Amino acid sequence: MSFPEVPSLSRTFAPVSPAQAAVRMHGVFKRFGSVRALNGLELEVPGGICYGLLGPNGAGKSTAMRILTGQAVADAGTIEVLGYHLPAQSKLARARMGVCPQESNLDVDLRVRDVLAVFARLYRVPAAERADAIERALTVAGLQARAHDRAVTLSGGMQRRLLIARALIHEPDLVLLDEPTVGLDPQIRHELWSLILSLREQGATVLMSTHYIEEAERLADRVAIVSAGRVVAEGTPAELIEAHAGREVVDVYGSVAELRALSERAQANGVPTRPSGPALTYLHAGDGDEDGDWDGRVPPGRRRSATLEDVFVRLTGDYVE
Amino acid sequence: MTPRSGRLEFPSLTAVWIREWIVFEYYWRTRTFAAVVEPVIMLVAFGFGFGRLVSHVEGIPYIQFVGTGAVATAVLFSAVFSAMFDSLYKRRYQRVYDAMLAAPVDVEELVTGEVLFLGMRAGVYGVAPLLVAFCFGLPPEPAMLLVPLVGVLTGVGFASLGMLFSAAATTFDDLSYVISGVITPLFLVAGTFFPLNRLPEWLRAAAYFNPLYHCVELVRHCAFGLRPGADLVHVGALALFAVLAWRLAVWRTRARLVL
Repeated sequence: MSFPEVPSLSRTFAPVSPAQAAVRMHGVFKRFGSVRALNGLELEVPGGICYGLLGPNGAGKSTAMRILTGQAVADAGTIEVLGYHLPAQSKLARARMGVCPQESNLDVDLRVRDVLAVFARLYRVPAAERADAIERALTVAGLQARAHDRAVTLSGGMQRRLLIARALIHEPDLVLLDEPTVGLDPQIRHELWSLILSLREQGATVLMSTHYIEEAERLADRVAIVSAGRVVAEGTPAELIEAHAGREVVDVYGSVAELRALSERAQANGVPTRPSGPALTYLHAGDGDEDGDWDGRVPPGRRRSATLEDVFVRLTGDYVE
Repeated sequence: MTPRSGRLEFPSLTAVWIREWIVFEYYWRTRTFAAVVEPVIMLVAFGFGFGRLVSHVEGIPYIQFVGTGAVATAVLFSAVFSAMFDSLYKRRYQRVYDAMLAAPVDVEELVTGEVLFLGMRAGVYGVAPLLVAFCFGLPPEPAMLLVPLVGVLTGVGFASLGMLFSAAATTFDDLSYVISGVITPLFLVAGTFFPLNRLPEWLRAAAYFNPLYHCVELVRHCAFGLRPGADLVHVGALALFAVLAWRLAVWRTRARLVL
């Protein structure tokens, strides 16, 4: 078997051109016992963009990520990462990929600098470039002053930054971020968002899974909405909103009983709605007729612009965290 | 450096070793303390206590008999316990293995790197009881220079066995079964503290399948005279055990880490 040449691992980003898909998953199935984690997943991530996998917990996002790193093997389907076929060429793909997992897997007993030194070795950063790579990673993580402290003494946000910096030590072409900001303060979340955007600006492809809609809306150039192991919708956030929620929506507030009655009536009238806590949201309320009330079938309420959340809840059920 | 699929690659192995070495720099004091103090206690207790009742075993002063046997014990404990407990911790609780496997390192390289490191460390620690035994009158012999090699070979086998058990275990409690059911019998019926020729026939036969017995014999022969024919058989048995345990450890660990 012959493999494509892999260039030296430490260098500036060699962007994957948008024409060449960075990730291709076709008809991917995976089950764990009786649980179908992936059920015919189709995914194509163009190079050089930030791509969001948006879905509720348990939708299969993490399983898809594990398959991309060769830490799970699909039962069926074809998978290509940076032009390499998985699982056979997984090791070559991993050499050009950086991974930040959902649950921290830091060597917390080690000093910050040692954590990075170990991964510089694992990712085969050439000896002459290792010291620079470690300094750069410390700067990315903003942890220069803590380089000699043990990772366990860092705050949660610092540990997450270290985890991301560790994934970037070899300047990968593709960065996988599995729920990168879960459980973090808003300030730290914004800090990480800037970091992720700067990665894309430098030419890396970012594939990020999240169940925070705002995160996908702010960062992702394209989004795939995943539910029950398949992609149920795909496009730019604007395209998804346009197609599945329309330009405007109307929130109608009421008691639980009132909302239930309204929902049943809307369904009978063929008006798309989605539950949103204390309200029922009428979708596509701007594109029915002139005044947007679908000939009186949309009751009066608070009119607002449609969001990705409207799309998400409509397509994945009413579970939102 | 271009990684190659499906092979044991030196850069991956060295990365695993470097990690182990960095971690070792944090805890070497405690582990080394245990490695040196345990054989001293063992020699003092058995040598002075039991040695008063039994002056010679197979023509060897009892304290020297135990001192050479303790080498095998040190190798066993150093290799098997680290492989069982540290690797379960790294796999399940700290998830370090998950992090490493996201890099261009395969399960086979991970397991191989781990058992080689632990085997080499066991080879070094196995020398400690010998040095202690010198203080109790064991005469140094040139063939004793082979003892670290015997220790590494035995250590790789038991580190692999430990990783196999660790991969089969879900919690630390599961490993208690292994300690009582496997490690303790291996440790006691190996000719460490008493010669096997006093055992019933069936138990003596069983002892030949105990890798630790072959290690004990080799160490004694290094100290009291090599027996080339028999020693080749002992080396062969240890090598067979190491290869078998290593392959099983790779297989079980892969089943755990690659879903």
